[in-house]
Amino acid sequence: MNKNNITNPLERRRVQFGYSQNDISKLLGITQSQYSRIEKGISDPNKHLKKLSDIFNCMPNEVFQGEILREIENDFINDPKNSFQRLFHKRKSGYVHLNIQGWFTKKQVINNYKMLINELEDWKVNEYGIRWKWLTMDEPNWAMVNFPKIDFQDIYYYSAPKTKPKLNSLDEVDPELLKTYEKLGIPIKEQEVLAGVAVDYVFDSVSVATTFRDKLADEGIIFCPISEAVQNYPDLVKKYIGSVIPIGDNYYAALNSAVFTDGSFVYVPKGVKCPMELSTYFRINEQNSGQFERTLIIVEDNAYVSYLEGCTAPQRDENQLHAAVVELVAMDDAEIKYSTVQNWYPGDKDGKGGIYNFVTKRGNCLGKRSKISWTQVETGSAITWKYPSCVLRGDNSVGEFYSVAVANNAQQADTGTKMIHIGNNTKSTIISKGISAGKAQNTYRGQVQIQKNAKGSRNFTQCDSLLIGDQCGAHTVPYINQHTPSARVEHEATTSKISEDQLFYCLQRGLDTEQATSLIVNGFCKEVMKELPMEFAVEAQKLIGISLEGSVG
Amino acid sequence: MSLLEIKNAHLKLDDKNILNGVSLSVNKGEVHAIMGPNGSGKSTLSYMLAGRDGYELEEGEILLDGISLSEMEADERARSGLFLAFQYPVELPGVGGMSFLREAVNSRRNFLGKKELDHLAFVKEARKEASKMFVKDEMLKRAVNVGFSGGEKKRFEILQMALLKPKVSILDETDSGLDVDALKIVSDGVNAQRNNENAIVVITHYQRLLDYIIPDFVHILSDGVIIKSGGPELALEVEKNGYSGLINAA
Ligand SMILES: Nc1ncnc2c1ncn2[C@@H]1O[C@H](COP(=O)(O)OP(=O)(O)O)[C@@H](O)[C@H]1O
Ligand SMILES: [Mg+2]
Repeated sequence: MNKNNITNPLERRRVQFGYSQNDISKLLGITQSQYSRIEKGISDPNKHLKKLSDIFNCMPNEVFQGEILREIENDFINDPKNSFQRLFHKRKSGYVHLNIQGWFTKKQVINNYKMLINELEDWKVNEYGIRWKWLTMDEPNWAMVNFPKIDFQDIYYYSAPKTKPKLNSLDEVDPELLKTYEKLGIPIKEQEVLAGVAVDYVFDSVSVATTFRDKLADEGIIFCPISEAVQNYPDLVKKYIGSVIPIGDNYYAALNSAVFTDGSFVYVPKGVKCPMELSTYFRINEQNSGQFERTLIIVEDNAYVSYLEGCTAPQRDENQLHAAVVELVAMDDAEIKYSTVQNWYPGDKDGKGGIYNFVTKRGNCLGKRSKISWTQVETGSAITWKYPSCVLRGDNSVGEFYSVAVANNAQQADTGTKMIHIGNNTKSTIISKGISAGKAQNTYRGQVQIQKNAKGSRNFTQCDSLLIGDQCGAHTVPYINQHTPSARVEHEATTSKISEDQLFYCLQRGLDTEQATSLIVNGFCKEVMKELPMEFAVEAQKLIGISLEGSVG
Repeated sequence: MSLLEIKNAHLKLDDKNILNGVSLSVNKGEVHAIMGPNGSGKSTLSYMLAGRDGYELEEGEILLDGISLSEMEADERARSGLFLAFQYPVELPGVGGMSFLREAVNSRRNFLGKKELDHLAFVKEARKEASKMFVKDEMLKRAVNVGFSGGEKKRFEILQMALLKPKVSILDETDSGLDVDALKIVSDGVNAQRNNENAIVVITHYQRLLDYIIPDFVHILSDGVIIKSGGPELALEVEKNGYSGLINAA
């Protein structure tokens, strides 16, 4: 339905906000046919005007007026900042006033999310504005990935994440999954937790996490779900959220901004070196924060943190679309090391049932001599669309991107980075290792931009592709925009195959084909793997081997 | 029973007959040398024995310690105790020498029903053997064969042989590209492993190597067949008259 052709203003609003008649009738607590009569102007709307005005972000007397919407629309579009701060501001000035708690409470209570929603009220107040922003945008089509058109109205992005079914013992777990756990060397206890078996020591892990947080609190470090941060540190959150990735940055970021449920918040105060690696594994609430995660990490002057995201165990999820947003902010002499191992379900051999992973990650090197490193090992998902980037604003700041992307069978990966050099003498390094097997397509897409004032800046990019078999593809798409002559940009790219000589040499030493492939592939990725924290690297290495199983020989 | 038995081996590459009925019996404790001019099929014979893809026998049979190898893949053959020192060792970028050796040794140990060596035990063992081959620690940390000199590559091959303790080792032109000092180190390494339970087949173009590794038997391969067999004196004959004399006589 083309929303521009609708002349009935109420209907037009409803469609623009992405609701069905059924949705609205539920919000109003009436039947669909009752609502339909209101929309058509047959029944008296008076009783529902207040609620409708809440839903549609307008004054009660405007519910049936189409024009006001256009005004707000322009307001949003024309505002270059278009960020969360602004929305907060609007809220304060009373211009945008919404109360949608009723709607969410109902949904969320069912899903044990009441608490969260109460805390998030302030956010959700702005929900419609943000969501609406997303509705005005088009899906990007420049990535080298193919998939059936997603029916975004059909996705449960407004419902709380689905809980995994609780199982009684490992016997009920998919044997394929168990086999993989075993190969990864995951202890039985952890296997049970991962697979969602109802066991007592889930509570152990909660208490471990609590002790862990106490220890961090001693150092003044905040590490908690972002929903808690909103409540406990609203000023911090408001100041920085959306400051690195504006709401309208891209289609999926807008979607995340509209509907995000939870995620991590990290704050490291001045001069503090975080004494341990922070892992989402230890975060309470982890299980269900799933589909539209939002992460914000702020590291003050002279402080340091290493953050680990994901785990090597295969993650199955009922939610097919994942669109996370991660924002990092580093002040003077601060350093953030962000490591990811992504192993979402890639789907079957034809990619059926696999996860679409559309992530926006960006770090802002705001301070002088600040440093942000992204390290990622991407083995999962049917489609990966991901470009962790650095904005090098502070003089002498440093951005790094180390990536291994494995694509097997029908997987498609379009991943890379953006390095935006703004400050003087800024430096960036990009090391990308793409591995393709089966019929997979693997694309490196990277942008290096040296702004006018970024004098003496340097970038080094190295993109290596490894092909296994002859049905797969590797593509390298570098964009280089250099606006200052004193900068130096170097780009190297290679494409190679696992040679028959190499395989035979390994086999002759008694390694089987899989061991040999895994060894050669891990050798190919070594420069990236050595950037991962120790334990993570060992697991990631095994994981890469497993992801490529059956692709050779 | 012989440790390695090759019976009437025929093999084609690209429709070209390369091996035309090679037969050879190698017993425990013996060292055999196979000599032959370039292109006579020496490397092909070694690949065929090791089970390289595309080097399947057209006709004939091979037995290792009485067991037929024809149905076994290259890795199974290796684990069963067949070792090939490559004429041109292959580079494995990024694959650390030590971890490569450990995976290889543990595959063999697994096959033999022995416990895998833990990291520490293995490193100790590897260092001990490496020092005998004058392979420095630093070399074991580097990627396998990457940037190794010709001599380093061959020493690394023999180090692997020492660690894997195979039943039958085939050394393909291990002497090529070595100066006299390196030749001595490599030969000492090979000789140290001669015992009554294993056997070694040395493939070489030149007699020189056989001054260091003294064979019990020498065979001359030409156009994919063994045209003459004898003792060490046969190698000296090659040295004196070249291959052509022998080939013409045959
Ligand atoms: N892949 C191949 N396809 C066709 N012919 C080959 C192939 N590899 C080797 N040959 C030929 O087989 C013969 C024997 O080669 P090789 O075993 O390498 O000899 P040697 O090791 O004795 O020098 C040579 O004529 C060579 O050209
Ligand atoms: Mg040869």
